[in-house]
Amino acid sequence: MDASVDRIARPWGSRTPYDRHEPWPSRVDTFLADGIDADSVTDWVQAASILHSDGDAMDIAVVDGRIAGVRGRAVDRVNRGRLGPKDLFGWQANASSDRLTRPLIRRDGRLVECSWDTAMERIADRSRELLAESGPGSLGFYTSGQLYLEEYYTLAVLARAGIGTNHLDGNTRLCTATAAEALKESFGCDGQPGSYDDVDHADTIALFGHNIAETQPVQWMRILDRLAGGDPPRLLCVDPRPTRVAREAAVHLAPRGGTNVALLNALLHEIIRTDRVDHDYLAAHTVGFDELASEVAECTPAWAAGICDVPAARIEEAAELLGTADRLLSTVLQGVYQSHQATAAAVQINNLHLIRGMLGRPGAGVLQMNGQPTAQNTRECGANGDLPGFRNWQNDDHVADLARVWNVEPETIPHFAPPTHALQMFRYAEQGSIRMLWISGTNPAVSLPELARVRAILGQDRLFVVAQDLFLTETAQLADVVLPAATWGEKTGTFTNADRTVHLADKAVEPPGEARPDLAIFLDYAARMDFRDKAGGPLVTWHDPESAFEAWKRCSAGRPCDYTGLTYAKLRGGSGIQWPCDDGAPDGTDRLYTDGISWARPDDCETYGKDLRTGAATDADEYRASNPEGKAMIKAAAYLPPHEEPDDRYPFQLTTGRTLYHFHTRTKTGRAPQLNDAAPDVWVEVSAADAGALGLDEGDLVEVSTPRGSLRGRLRVTGIRTGLLFVPFHYGYWDTKAGSGPDGEVPGRAANETTVTDWDPVSKQPLFKTAAAALHLVERAHGEIAPAPTTTASAPTRHGSVPDTAGGPSAHVTEDTE
Amino acid sequence: MNGIDLTLRTLRGGECRLAAELLAAADRHRADHEVRHVATDLAHWSQEHARRLAEAGAGQEQAGEDTRAPGLAPDEDNPGLLLLRDLSALHLAAVENSLHWEMLAQAAQATRDEALLALASECHPRTLRQMRWTNTMIKNIAPQVLAVSPAG
Repeated sequence: MDASVDRIARPWGSRTPYDRHEPWPSRVDTFLADGIDADSVTDWVQAASILHSDGDAMDIAVVDGRIAGVRGRAVDRVNRGRLGPKDLFGWQANASSDRLTRPLIRRDGRLVECSWDTAMERIADRSRELLAESGPGSLGFYTSGQLYLEEYYTLAVLARAGIGTNHLDGNTRLCTATAAEALKESFGCDGQPGSYDDVDHADTIALFGHNIAETQPVQWMRILDRLAGGDPPRLLCVDPRPTRVAREAAVHLAPRGGTNVALLNALLHEIIRTDRVDHDYLAAHTVGFDELASEVAECTPAWAAGICDVPAARIEEAAELLGTADRLLSTVLQGVYQSHQATAAAVQINNLHLIRGMLGRPGAGVLQMNGQPTAQNTRECGANGDLPGFRNWQNDDHVADLARVWNVEPETIPHFAPPTHALQMFRYAEQGSIRMLWISGTNPAVSLPELARVRAILGQDRLFVVAQDLFLTETAQLADVVLPAATWGEKTGTFTNADRTVHLADKAVEPPGEARPDLAIFLDYAARMDFRDKAGGPLVTWHDPESAFEAWKRCSAGRPCDYTGLTYAKLRGGSGIQWPCDDGAPDGTDRLYTDGISWARPDDCETYGKDLRTGAATDADEYRASNPEGKAMIKAAAYLPPHEEPDDRYPFQLTTGRTLYHFHTRTKTGRAPQLNDAAPDVWVEVSAADAGALGLDEGDLVEVSTPRGSLRGRLRVTGIRTGLLFVPFHYGYWDTKAGSGPDGEVPGRAANETTVTDWDPVSKQPLFKTAAAALHLVERAHGEIAPAPTTTASAPTRHGSVPDTAGGPSAHVTEDTE
Repeated sequence: MNGIDLTLRTLRGGECRLAAELLAAADRHRADHEVRHVATDLAHWSQEHARRLAEAGAGQEQAGEDTRAPGLAPDEDNPGLLLLRDLSALHLAAVENSLHWEMLAQAAQATRDEALLALASECHPRTLRQMRWTNTMIKNIAPQVLAVSPAG
């Protein structure tokens, strides 16, 4: 049955209810450009979304060599044909008139067009100079969560074994580093234990700091369909905002910012006190329970209520929900990862599952989610703070094995210290020891904390900045060389979503002008630099996406993320497949840890772990002594107050986050008309009680300020917890007169003008949720309203006070259900 | 004053000094945010240790006056080098405290002083964690600070 739905007004579309343990029915969502119908489509080219971490599979409609729309893939395990608003409308940005089409180089202070040869020789020349003058430690690479597996792997090889630098990280550091670290701390290795299919089987779903309705909208459709069917799951929502998840939840907890560990310790306290503990599972598969029981012994709900400012009775209800679950699925995202004590809190959620024995069975799983779509690939390929294939940089055998794969001496691969994390790279650049920074597919001039500082670092004369992107972003405007990149739909490659599902995305159309795939750019650089292996042959032996994929397979062989059973042919035409996929599991692997813990043995583990408070590294001997058999590790953590607390001058807590209609720094979503119209500018959310106390109302222009900086936006009065402000990230300046930052005419607009430079010492993920801030009126509304959607957590408390968000005819999408 | 009293006083002085040095380092390295925040958190442990040592009989007179030369040549041009020196000093101060905790624990066992043994057992592991942190930080930043010279 076909229906046409305004998918800006109704972002999650129509319901297809289903019962517990039944398969999720398909619903194929199709959106084609005005005037195009399915019959006029020349080609449907297989792809998946890179605008969130769901991994929604889709086909790109091609008409006369141009992208003309998208259609969900009904066969795919992730989305069964559904698409979210960003999937449906985001592709239009590819054809924007302001795409970069030629390389740019800075001459006399201005960026001017040049040839590829000129741009690449400039980069290679500078690289050679720096290597000769200051060594590999003077070069750094900062990449994305937007590239493809083949590109990350190539970058990892050329940076780690070609240049020999320790400075390579992804912007997944801002989104997902804590997910990886929490999995490593508990299970000895990265890799999501659960599966999205667990939604079909769970009787209880707990969402910790995870506004799934806005960040992974298609999986929220799945939960909504379960809620509309027989035997629906009970939801627990931990979020300070009145999200759609909160509205559907059996229990909603809205704790003060920075108090997750206190809340989780109280939940663990209650579960242990009521002995809802799976003692057999504990004995067979874990170490460390006694330490946890002792740590949380005093952490009563009443104790936590005082810290978190939520009623103790609500905490008890939440513990009852978790404690009585038959199949518990927990999901975790930025409300935990970008908050104070990030890894310690995320690990407590793993602990919850370990002590309840809720792992490795359908419906019993934990999803330490990803924020960036291809974050999983930066992690497994070693383009972030890990070595490729989840190898342990502290384990000489692992480094030797990697050196064998690359045919280099082990000393070639820097492993004297952990790979440098992004914020530390910027600090080294600030101090002048990193002198070249190659930034691919990301926009730190908007996405990092304390933007005035980041702009100053990128603007230094002594720092040579390369920016590789689709558009002249805020960062690219500060660069010395700008490389025009091809993107999704214009290049071929694979990528892996949060539940380990690998998808292939094929090239559908030619990139604009002279824009090139990121892989081609990295291969060109490797050739110009003439990187060699120890036999004198080329270090990088592949030449296109498929040969790069085959090279990666050799690197992944025998590792937890084993890709050896996958080929382009197997992925093409079919559906996404979950790793590990090898001879033993030719169709992929639904769930990890179905028969105990697989990769935590001392000789196998990806890391020996860290102190959850200080981030201090554990060494191999300590690890061996504490976990000789390689079981899951239950690690306790004491609550520690946040580093920045409100005071008289800055009386509010400030939290920031992603919302439904935009992604990252809006380079694409800001150029898709339906998405841009739904949330065209930054806004500020405040509770009705706080607005009343300050005499503020909907639409007033306000200034949010912190010791770092300020921004201006219009006020939206919502059901957010009192004492808290919310500002969406990442609104920047590319679509303002100012260009790359605020100026005398254009006030601060980016949330990160205000956020604090502080990071979780364990995962090194920056904190975007715990600044203290002041709120001041700039100008009364005079009939203006906040540019915030009404369909989401930013819905106004007073219904009807602002017009409902709608997309109109241009946002109509066909939904085809059986 | 017997040996245990002397060790208690010495250790209390050491914990007070370490707390002060951690806070001073946090302040001096405000732009190195991991140091700034973690050092402040870890200073609270030493402050608590000093308080508990005072309760255990280490005397109330001020033992925390830092009589040692700081040994840190201010080097505004190379904050990385200054940070390494500060972390080294913090590490050595924590090692000294660790040795004194060890001595106290041994003496507590010899005298069957359960309260003292409990105190040492609860506090000493945190001193070890302070040492592991300084050691980890030194290990992570030394390659860059010592081997890669900053541009002028």
